[in-house]
Amino acid sequence: MAETIDLKLHVWRQKGPSDPGKFEDYSQYAKGISTHASFLEFLDVVNERLVLANQEPIVFDHDCREGICGMCGIVINGEPHGPQKATTTCQLHMRTFRNGEELWVEPWRAAAFPVIRDLSVDRSAFDRIIQAGGYITARAGAAPDANAIPIPKRLADEAMDAATCIGCGACVAACPNASASLFMAAKIGHLNTLPQGQAERDKRTLAMVAQHEREGFGACSNHYLCEAACPKEISVQWIARMNRDLLKAAMTYKPEPQRAGGDG
Amino acid sequence: MELRSNAPTGPIETRWERHKADIKLVNPANKRKYEIIVVGTGLAGGAGAASLADLGYKVKAFCYQDSARRAHSIAAQGGINAAKNYQGDGDSIYRLFYDTVKGGDFRARESNVYRLAQVSVDIIDQCVALGVPFAREYGGLLANRSFGGAQVSRTFYARGQTGQQLLLGAYSHLSRTIAEGKVELRTRCEMIDLIVEDNRARGIVTRDLVTGKIEAHLADAVVLATGGYGNVFYLSTNAKGCNATAIWRAHRRGAFFANPCFTQIHPTCIPQAGVYQSKLTLMSESLRNDGRVWVPRKKEDCTRDPASIPERDRYYYLEEKYPAFGNLMPRDIASRQAKFVCDQGLGVGPEINGVRRGVYLDFADAIKRDGKQAIADRYGNLFDMYQRITGEDPYRVPMRIYPATHYTMGGLWVDYNLMSNIPGLFVAGEANFSDHGANRLGASALMQGLADGFFILPYVIGNYLAQAGKSKTTESSAAVTTTLREAQTRFRKLIEIGQKGSRTVDDFHRKLGTLIWDHCGMARNPSGLKSALGQIPELREEFYRDVKITGSGEELNRELEKAGRVADFFELGELMCRDALERDESCGCHFREDHQADGECVRDDEHFAHVAAWEWCGQGPEARDGNHKQHREALSFEYVKMAQRSYK
Amino acid sequence: MLKAEPLPLLATGIGKKAVVAITGLVLYGFVFVHALGNLQVFLGREAIKAYRESLHSFPKALWGARAVLLVCLLTHVTLTIDIAAKARAARTTRYKVSAPIAEQGILQRYARKTMVLSGPILLVYIMFHLAHLTAGVVPGLPFKAGEVYDNLVRGFQNPMVAGLYIVANLLLGLHLYHGGVALFQTLGLRHPQWDAHTRHAAFLVTAVVTATNVIIPTTIAAGLIRQ
Repeated sequence: MAETIDLKLHVWRQKGPSDPGKFEDYSQYAKGISTHASFLEFLDVVNERLVLANQEPIVFDHDCREGICGMCGIVINGEPHGPQKATTTCQLHMRTFRNGEELWVEPWRAAAFPVIRDLSVDRSAFDRIIQAGGYITARAGAAPDANAIPIPKRLADEAMDAATCIGCGACVAACPNASASLFMAAKIGHLNTLPQGQAERDKRTLAMVAQHEREGFGACSNHYLCEAACPKEISVQWIARMNRDLLKAAMTYKPEPQRAGGDG
Repeated sequence: MELRSNAPTGPIETRWERHKADIKLVNPANKRKYEIIVVGTGLAGGAGAASLADLGYKVKAFCYQDSARRAHSIAAQGGINAAKNYQGDGDSIYRLFYDTVKGGDFRARESNVYRLAQVSVDIIDQCVALGVPFAREYGGLLANRSFGGAQVSRTFYARGQTGQQLLLGAYSHLSRTIAEGKVELRTRCEMIDLIVEDNRARGIVTRDLVTGKIEAHLADAVVLATGGYGNVFYLSTNAKGCNATAIWRAHRRGAFFANPCFTQIHPTCIPQAGVYQSKLTLMSESLRNDGRVWVPRKKEDCTRDPASIPERDRYYYLEEKYPAFGNLMPRDIASRQAKFVCDQGLGVGPEINGVRRGVYLDFADAIKRDGKQAIADRYGNLFDMYQRITGEDPYRVPMRIYPATHYTMGGLWVDYNLMSNIPGLFVAGEANFSDHGANRLGASALMQGLADGFFILPYVIGNYLAQAGKSKTTESSAAVTTTLREAQTRFRKLIEIGQKGSRTVDDFHRKLGTLIWDHCGMARNPSGLKSALGQIPELREEFYRDVKITGSGEELNRELEKAGRVADFFELGELMCRDALERDESCGCHFREDHQADGECVRDDEHFAHVAAWEWCGQGPEARDGNHKQHREALSFEYVKMAQRSYK
Repeated sequence: MLKAEPLPLLATGIGKKAVVAITGLVLYGFVFVHALGNLQVFLGREAIKAYRESLHSFPKALWGARAVLLVCLLTHVTLTIDIAAKARAARTTRYKVSAPIAEQGILQRYARKTMVLSGPILLVYIMFHLAHLTAGVVPGLPFKAGEVYDNLVRGFQNPMVAGLYIVANLLLGLHLYHGGVALFQTLGLRHPQWDAHTRHAAFLVTAVVTATNVIIPTTIAAGLIRQ
């Protein structure tokens, strides 16, 4: 295997949300790249060269660089997080690419994820979906003993399968409808599976789905490209469960009467 | 100035209970009048902000990431300790306390550690209630695993992603309080200075990382939960964005920095592959249960295919030097031994700057003994990760590992109330120095973060506010306008230098990191530390002369962000070396080559059983040399008898 | 503060999709029965005429059923258009390079990709089909009310008409197959243990319908059935 490779690199540059943006050819800065470097380290190298050439470096989001924080995310040749399965951009290594290969590097594309700059997008819509109901209300200090409610191993494992979502947004980026169904389903599924999550189950499901709608994500039309792009391999089975939970909740949920409490 | 820990006295078991009974309370109607700033949204900050909000305070939280759930607590793999004794294997609060004090090599404050062990129990209850999917046994009860430095199974875990699950729990809690309007969260926003007026923390100055806007935020109390400073080494297992600016700027405004030289090195990380390397990845220490660590005996074998090196030419240095513990030696010793053999030129892997830094971790014997399937069942995900990063198949080729910085025990000095010496400035989690002494045990960082956030900050801050009352500082106060102006000047100056400079920020950071890693890393000696103390200021001056920064300050500018952080790392790195030089003993992770017995630490309890808390003096006359003056908090050990660690 | 009010079911994508799935299921049932009924063309002129007359002997039920089907069809189409419009608004830009498609079976992948395409084509086909064999208003194609057999045979002797029916029904097959599998997902009735069975059942039913609907025009066009 060649130790270094040259790439034909095209990167999406966009000054801000209202700038139309365009691809720039950075092939001259993408030569002699070590195959052992990660994709983000490759961009680091390109950026250092750009800075030394008095050009603005490419802005991309990243943090932990070990595949868990979910901050990184770049579309490489049409694929969110690039060609390797179950791998975030930061864990993708340059040995995946051939010498001379052409790379088109773009940000996540979704109306609900406006571009902040270059490859960095605003994913705060995800946070608002969580704020709408992605929690179990439990004040510190009020919790019963951790073993008070046994949870069958199967359930705990299932909940963990969903909870492993890193909230990177690759599902939205991959979806032709820019739907956040997989993200939302994983978050709802995690909490709705656990006994602790039952009290707020219906309210949570209805509220999170409503927020998803308000953020302007599309609906799921069963293409399942999200599952293929997900670096944590979260299954679309969770979307089916969410659909079931929502339909059930919509038919049975009664909002709690709003009463002023406790001051009397 | 005398440093007072303000720890209660009397029987250690009842100190925290009595303290809680003694502290002042703020009445519920008044709580909403108080504003609290929380910087950082990891386990300590996220849990702290949410808990304070639930109590009724107005909370403003800040994080530099795009979402609160990205804080680096998320990357912790192994687990979280708690003295639940669910296994019935003899665990107790006292035992966890004992293990932590001993593991910290007797450089932590007993009262704090005991309280940590006590509230560890509540953490698990709280996290389960929040929906953290901890591993379970078939009967539905919680599972535990054992972890380094303990003889009981007290570690709770969620696959290899415990930190992620705990952080998502704290984040969901925080999200609810945000939705309820109790917390205002600012993301992509970095604290760049602390506002102090009349010896009280009044607020912070932040820079919006998207617009570049520098603003002041005022509050009645400020909590820093901004993590550790491991990135001073450039290469570490920290996230790329982790930085010391918040605590360092607080330090420059008067907060004491305690034990800066206590940095922990983790022995099983994937070695550096090239100069472009941006971070190091940790792999669970559990690998050492089955892997055998070795290097070639002869230098000429270092580039040979390891499989072709005969048994007699392999140097199983841990097994040979420490027959009793072998490959399972504690983190610090295993790390140092790897450094020694590589320094002797026996390292393997790519040569970077003239040295091969890597040792083999070989599973061939284990695969022969237990079969490939058994090994895959135990370590499959780690092997996959290794292969993804290095492109090598560890089932066939021995893994290469090397130690890397991964946690910093030092941090801002705090008293028993987690308050720094600046009233109103609280410091929680890895950002403070309090609980781990000179060495942290595995699965204890998550425990401390949540203990501080969920169970300690809510009490101690109320106590402070009840006594201090509301801050009267306003936007137009002199302290606010001055601090704001100074921060703006600092960034403007960087931009000015940056336009003319010729070397990138990363270039300087790499140089600084190498310097500190070489002289103030796994092993330290006076001449090396002195040499570093000479070189760092030179490099810093060069930085302020020649750093290159593109773009302007009034926009998203990653080079400028990095430059601001690296500028602070220069000063912090210097203080680390100074502290390491003055601590004329070895203890825990601070290994001084001139104080050892066959590679093991030799403590000097008579002269160094203290916390070294450094005060920033600028260039003032109080500074003996450099910019700092040392204060000491004496440590006394009433419950755990001081003893030398021995693993021979 | 975040307004976390739930939305009415039909204001959510999931709710709309569920209605599309349920209306689709009704139409699915109709298509299946319709196809089986049509098989009687092989029993000869009288058999299929008797079948028609027996249906027409309950005019209320017949018109009731037609009304239900019409409502289902309109709802199915309207909601789908609405969902597609939302999707377009949610994703306004495509990527420079289109990614290799996810690992799915060829048939499923094709069915998925043609779902959007097959919908409008089917709509045109249904209108043509009704004009041709129910209302009998297609110019150039003679129509006698009640003479099902003659209308059918005469129509399909025209190779253009037969071809149109064959192509449309193949598309219908893909539409039914994908829809048949997808509705379990959409209604949340999916379970990993049943997934394979669901897929097989959808395939089987689709195969029966498609084969029937393709065989009839094919045999007539080939001259195997004459007037």
